[in-house]
Amino acid sequence: VKSALCYRGEKKSPLQTIGEEQTQNPYTELLVLKAHHDIVRFLVQLDDYRFASAGDDGIVVVWNAQTGEKLLELNGHTQKITAIITFSSLGSCEEKNQLILTASADRTVIVWDGDTARQVQRISCFQSTVKCLTVLQRLDVWLSGGNDLCVWNRKLDLLCKTSHLSDTGISALVEIPKKCVVAAVGKELIIFRLVAPTGGSLEWDILEVKRLLDHQDNILSLINVNDLSFVTGSHIGELIIWDALDWTMQAYERNFWDPSPQLDTQQEIKLCQKSNDISIHHFTCDEENVFAAVGRGLYVYNLQMKRVIACQKTAHDSNVLHIAKLPNRQLISCSEDGSVRIWELREKQQLAAEPVPTGFFNMWGFGRVNKQASQPVKKQQENATSCSLELIGDLIGHSSSVEMFLYFEDHGLVTCSADHLIILWKNGERESGLRSLRLFQKLEENGDLYLAV
Amino acid sequence: MISAPDVVAFTKEEEYEEEPYNEPALPEEYSVPLFPFASQGANPWSKLSGAKFSRDFILISEFSEQVGPQPLLTIPNDTKVFGTFDLNYFSLRIMSVDYQASFVGHPPGSAYPKLNFVEDSKVVLGDSKEGAFAYVHHLTLYDLEARGFVRPFCMAYISADQHKIMQQFQELSAEFSRASECLKTGNRKAFAGELEKKLKDLDYTRTVLHTETEIQKKANDKGFYSSQAIEKANELASVEKSIIEHQDLLKQIRSYPHRKLKGRDLCPGEMEHIQDQASQASTTSNPDESADTDLYTCRPAYTPKLIKAKSTKCFDKKLKTLEELCDTEYFTQTLAQLSHIEHMFRGDLCYLLTSQIDRALLKQQHITNFLFEDFVEVDDRMVGKQESIPSKPSQDRPPSSSLEECPIPKVLISVGSYKSSVESVLIKMEQELGDEEYKEVEVTELSSVDPQENLDYLDMDMKGSISSGESIEVLGTEKSTSVLSKSDSQASLTVPLSPQVVRSKAVSHRTISEDSIEVLSTCPSEALIPDDFKASYPSAINEEESYPDGNEGAIHFQASISPPELGESEEGSVENTPSQIDSSCCIGKESDGQLVLPSTPAHTHSDEDGVVSSPPQRHRQKDQGFRVDFSMENANPSSRDNSCEGFPAYELDPSHLLASRDISKTSLDNYSDTTSYVSSVASTSSDRIPSAYPAGLSSDRHKKRAGQNALKFIRQYPFAHPAIYSLLSGRTLVVLGEDETIVRKLVTALAIFVPSYGCYAKPVKHWASSPLHIMDFQKWKLIGLQRVASPAGAGTLHALSRYSRYTSILDLDNKTLRCPLYRGTLVPRLADHRTQIKRGSTYYLHVQSMLTQLCSKAFLYTFCHHLHLPTHDKETEELVASRQASFLKLTLGLVNEDVRVVQYLAELLKLHYMQESPGTSHPMLRFDYVPSFLYKI
Repeated sequence: VKSALCYRGEKKSPLQTIGEEQTQNPYTELLVLKAHHDIVRFLVQLDDYRFASAGDDGIVVVWNAQTGEKLLELNGHTQKITAIITFSSLGSCEEKNQLILTASADRTVIVWDGDTARQVQRISCFQSTVKCLTVLQRLDVWLSGGNDLCVWNRKLDLLCKTSHLSDTGISALVEIPKKCVVAAVGKELIIFRLVAPTGGSLEWDILEVKRLLDHQDNILSLINVNDLSFVTGSHIGELIIWDALDWTMQAYERNFWDPSPQLDTQQEIKLCQKSNDISIHHFTCDEENVFAAVGRGLYVYNLQMKRVIACQKTAHDSNVLHIAKLPNRQLISCSEDGSVRIWELREKQQLAAEPVPTGFFNMWGFGRVNKQASQPVKKQQENATSCSLELIGDLIGHSSSVEMFLYFEDHGLVTCSADHLIILWKNGERESGLRSLRLFQKLEENGDLYLAV
Repeated sequence: MISAPDVVAFTKEEEYEEEPYNEPALPEEYSVPLFPFASQGANPWSKLSGAKFSRDFILISEFSEQVGPQPLLTIPNDTKVFGTFDLNYFSLRIMSVDYQASFVGHPPGSAYPKLNFVEDSKVVLGDSKEGAFAYVHHLTLYDLEARGFVRPFCMAYISADQHKIMQQFQELSAEFSRASECLKTGNRKAFAGELEKKLKDLDYTRTVLHTETEIQKKANDKGFYSSQAIEKANELASVEKSIIEHQDLLKQIRSYPHRKLKGRDLCPGEMEHIQDQASQASTTSNPDESADTDLYTCRPAYTPKLIKAKSTKCFDKKLKTLEELCDTEYFTQTLAQLSHIEHMFRGDLCYLLTSQIDRALLKQQHITNFLFEDFVEVDDRMVGKQESIPSKPSQDRPPSSSLEECPIPKVLISVGSYKSSVESVLIKMEQELGDEEYKEVEVTELSSVDPQENLDYLDMDMKGSISSGESIEVLGTEKSTSVLSKSDSQASLTVPLSPQVVRSKAVSHRTISEDSIEVLSTCPSEALIPDDFKASYPSAINEEESYPDGNEGAIHFQASISPPELGESEEGSVENTPSQIDSSCCIGKESDGQLVLPSTPAHTHSDEDGVVSSPPQRHRQKDQGFRVDFSMENANPSSRDNSCEGFPAYELDPSHLLASRDISKTSLDNYSDTTSYVSSVASTSSDRIPSAYPAGLSSDRHKKRAGQNALKFIRQYPFAHPAIYSLLSGRTLVVLGEDETIVRKLVTALAIFVPSYGCYAKPVKHWASSPLHIMDFQKWKLIGLQRVASPAGAGTLHALSRYSRYTSILDLDNKTLRCPLYRGTLVPRLADHRTQIKRGSTYYLHVQSMLTQLCSKAFLYTFCHHLHLPTHDKETEELVASRQASFLKLTLGLVNEDVRVVQYLAELLKLHYMQESPGTSHPMLRFDYVPSFLYKI
C-alpha cells in the first residue's frame, strides 16, 4: 500500500492550484515595463519609490515603482551583468547621492550615480568575471568576488586582495560579525577577516581565517539569518545553519529528499538523477524561520525547533528561483515556470482530523536515506508539522522564467523575467483610491474644484 | 421639408435588408387618397416640387467666351444623380448671378492691362421651376489666351432643399473657399508659367524680327525705308510693347501671393515657394538680359516659337480646359476636396444639423468624450485636408483688409435689396408655373447669342436679377448671412435659424433633458417634419420610442429601490446595509445642490411598451438553447470539483442565467417560438454574405456597417451580453476564428462598445496571427485572433489558456464564449436582441446614446468628491468604500456587474484627466479574479 501511494505521489504531481477566484490576492492591476532586450535577472531597490533592473543585455534601467516610468538607462557594459548592488552614502557623508555598482561578464565593474546616470568610475583591472558584490557599510568598503576577493573603498581604490582562490570563483558572499566575510567557493565556505588600518599599520589586509568543508556539493545559496547565524544551502539539498561567531555548525538538515520505493537499491543513481529537485536555490528568513526554495518546493525551517515545520513539495511546476517573506505572514515565490505564487503560512491545528495518507509524508518525507529513519521518524514528524503553506494567489503574466522579484510596501510587486519584461503588480483598489486622490489634487490645482459649503 | 431624394439616396444601400412593410388593407371609407408622388417612388414627406435630380451634387460651370455658360463637370460624376436636370440651363442661371465678374482692361490711369485679384463671390440662389437651390461660388481664373485674360467659373452646390443651403451657408462657404483657393493657386502657377513661355516666344520673335530688319537695312542702302521695312519696324515695336506688357503681367501675378497671402497660416513649404516666386518675379521684372538667361536656364525644355502678328483673338482656337488652367496636381486636389464636400453635406438637413450639434456638444464634453466617440477620424481628416490643400483660405479674415486689396470695390448687395429678394421668393414659388414658357424663350435666346455680345448681356442680366421678378432668386451672399441669423429676418423665412442659433438652443436643452433622444425632438429642425408624417416616419423616431425604459433615461438622484432580482438577492441584502448608513451624507448633499432631477419609475421592461408588437415571450426561446458549462482551465478533476462547490446550485441552472428576465414563461411557448426565431435569424443572416471590409471607408458608412454587424451579432448569439460586458469592463475580448473576413467584420462591429484610452484610435486589433502576450492585453481590449489548425496553432491556444484570466474568448468556429458571468441590466438595454431597430446607423446611434448616458454616470462617480475621499480624518477606508458602493447601486441604479463597468470607465477618466500630455503610454491592465463560464449556443 505504501509503495502504491508513493508511486501516485510521484506521478500525479500534487501541484496545488487555485482557481480564478482569488479573493485574498490583492494584485488586480499590472503594468508591463519594457526596456530590456534580453533576460532580466536582477532587481535592486534604490529608495522608497525607485528600483533598478539589470540583465543579460548589459544595460541597467532605473524605474519609478509608482508610475512605471523609466527614469534612467545606464549603458556601459558590453556583456551581461553578473551582479548589482547599491552603495548608499552614510548620513554623515557629504556625498548624498546613491551609487549603483554593477559587475559584468566583460570583467569590469562600473560605479554609477543613481540619480544622474553618470558613470562615476569604471574598473577594468579584473582577471576574472566578478560574480558577487558586497558592501560593508560599517567599514565603508565594498568587496568584489570573482576568482579572488578584492576590497575597495568608496573612492574606488583597491585596498587589498586575496590570492587566487578557485577557477569557479566565489558564488556567494556575506558579511558576518567581527569584520569577517564568508565566501562560498564551490563546496567550501571560506571565512575571511578584514584588517582595517589601525595606529600600527596603515595598510588594509584580508586574511583567510577558516575553511568549512561540511557541504558535500556546491553551495548555491548563502544568507545571514541574524547577527548570530547564517545559513547555507547546497546543490544536493543540504541546509546548514552556522554560528556566525565561532563558525560552527548549529543545525544540519538534509531531509528534502523524496525517497522513492527503489531508493534502497539504487541510491546513487537516483541521487544523480534527482539532485536537481532538491538543490537549494534561495533562502529568505524572518525571526523564527528560514524559508528555503528547494527544487520545485518550498520549505519552512524553524530555527528554534530546528526542523521543518511546513512545506509545499511542489509549489511550482519548475524550479523556484526566488522567494521572499512579506510582513503579513505571506511568502512569495517565483519560478522557472513563469508564475509567481503567493503563500500564507498558517498555523495548523495540532492533530486536526486531517486525513493525511501516510504516503504523503514520504513525499516530502523526512525519511533520510538511511533505513533506520522509517516509522519512528515519521510519527514524530507527523506531530511536528504544525504549519502549512496555503496558496492564496498566483500572478500570471510572464511567458518565461521569472528570475527575481522585489516587493515594495507601498507600490506592490515587481517581477523580472527571461521574457525581457518587467511587470509591476499593484493593488488595484489602492491604486484606484490614489488616482482619485491625485485627481482631486489636480482639480484643486487647476482651480476647478469648488468645495460646496 | 426633408427632401425626399436625399433620404432615399442616404439609405439606399440598406434597403435590401428591410422587410417590405405590408399594411393590412383598410376599409374603403378610411382610406386616404394616395400620395400623388408615390408612384414615382418618392417618400410621402418629400418636397412637392419634385426636383429632377435624385440627390445633391456639385456642378462646375464656366462662362465660356465662345459658347456662353456651359457645365463642365459634376460631382459625383454620375448621370444618375442629376437625372433629367438641365445642367446647361442651370449653368446659365448660376453664371448669370456673378456680380463681381470683373475683367482685365486698361484702366484709365494705367498704360498696361491690370490684373484684378477678385474675391470669390458666394451667392445662394433658387430656381423654383427646377426645384433646385444652389450655393454658388464664383471665381475667376487667369488665362493668357482668354478675353481680358480671365475665365469666369463657378462651383455650385445644388440641392432640392432650400433650407439646407441656407442653414449650411457658412459651412458650404468655408469648404468651397478651400476648393476655390486650391484652384486659384494652381491657376496662378500655371498662368505664370504660361507668361514665361509667352515672354520667351516674344523675345525670340523680337530677335528674329531684329535680324530681319538689319538684313533689310543692309539690303537697301538707299536712305529710305521700304513699306516692308516700316511694317517690320512696327511689328518690332509692337512686340517690344507686348514684352513689356507681359513682363508687367508676370510681375503682377507673382506679386499676388506675397501681397494676398500675408498673414495667413500657410505651411512652411508653401511660404518658401511664394517667396521664391516673389524673388524670381523681382528679377524677371527687370528688363535685363540676365533675367532672360535665367529663365532659359530654368526651363531648358521649352523651345520658343515665332509669334505671328495678329494671331490672337481668333475664335476657332480651343480654349484651355480647367485642368490645363490649374495644373493637374491642384486640379485633382480640388476634385478631392469637392467630393469631400459632397460627402460632408450628403443627407438630410436634420441629420446634418444634429451631427453638427453633436460635434459641438462633444467638444464641450472634453472630460468624457474620448471614451466612445471617434474624434480621431474627424481630426485626422482635418489634418489630412490641410496638408492636401496647398493654401487654406482664412475665413475669419476681416473683410476690410480684403477690400483694401481689391483695386475695384466689389459690388455688394445692400441689405435692403437682399431682403426684398428674399420676400420675393415666397411669392415667386407660387407664380412659378406660369413663368415656364418665358424661361424657355430666354434659354434659346441666350444660347444663340454671340459670345462677344454675351458678356454685355450678362452684365445687364446680372443687374436685373437682383431685384427683378426673374425666376432667379438670390437669397443671400456671404456678406449678408450675418443678417440671416438675426431675428428680424427670421420672420420672412420658413426655417431661418442659422446653425449657431440652433446649437445654442440645443445646448440649453441638452443640459436638462432626460436623454439625447429628446434633443432630437426639441431641435428646431424637427419642425421640418410635418406632424402628420411624424408617426409614420420610420425608424429614426419610432425606434427611439421603443426604448422608453424610464430608468434608463437619466441618472437618478433619487434612491429608487428596485426589487432585488433573482440571483442577486444575497448580495443585495448585504450591500443594502452599508448603503443605508451613508445615504445621509451622499444623497443629502445631492438634493441640496442644484442636481435635482426628476425621479423616474423603477425598472421597467420594454415588454410592457406598446410599441413593441412582438409577444413578450419571444426572447425566451433563445434561453432554451443556452447552456452554461464550467470552464476547465486545467483538466484537473479536483479543481473542477472545487469550482463547482463554489457556486450555489441555482447558478448551474441555465434558466437562471438570464434571471433578470421575465420568468413566468411556459416551456410550450419557448418551443413554439424557437423555430420561428431560428428561421428569422436564418433569413436575416443568409442574405448578408460576409464581404471583405475595405479599409478606407468614410466614417458614416463605417458606423453603419459596424452598427449592422453588431445588431446581427446580438441577434445571432444569445451570449452577446456577457461578451459586451467584457468589452465595457475592460476585459480583453478575443475573437477567435479561422476566417479572417468574418473575424474582422465582427471585431469592427464590436469595436463600438470598446472604450478608448485617450484621443487615439480604439484599443482594437483586428487581426493577429501570432500567440498573444501579456503586452497585448495591456494594449488591446478587443483582438481578432487567427485560429491555426496546424501544430503551430497550439502555441496560440496555449497562450490563450495561460492568460485566460485576462481575457474573454469568443470562438466563432465553435460558437462558444468563455467569459465571466454577467447579471446586470445595462447591457440588455444596450444590446436587446428583440430590438425593433433594423438599420445599422440607427443602432449605432442608439448605442452612442446609451454609452453617453453611461459616460455621464461614470463622470459623476469619478468627480464626486465625497465618494473617494474621507469627509473627516477619522473616517475609515471601509466607510468610504461602502459609500461608493451605495452611490453606484442606489444613486446610479447600477446592478451587479454594471458597477464594474462604471468603475472601469471611472479609472479611464481619472487617467485621462491626469495625463499631463497625451503620451503614448498605455494604461495599466486591470483585472479581476473572477471565474469564467463557457457559453454555448
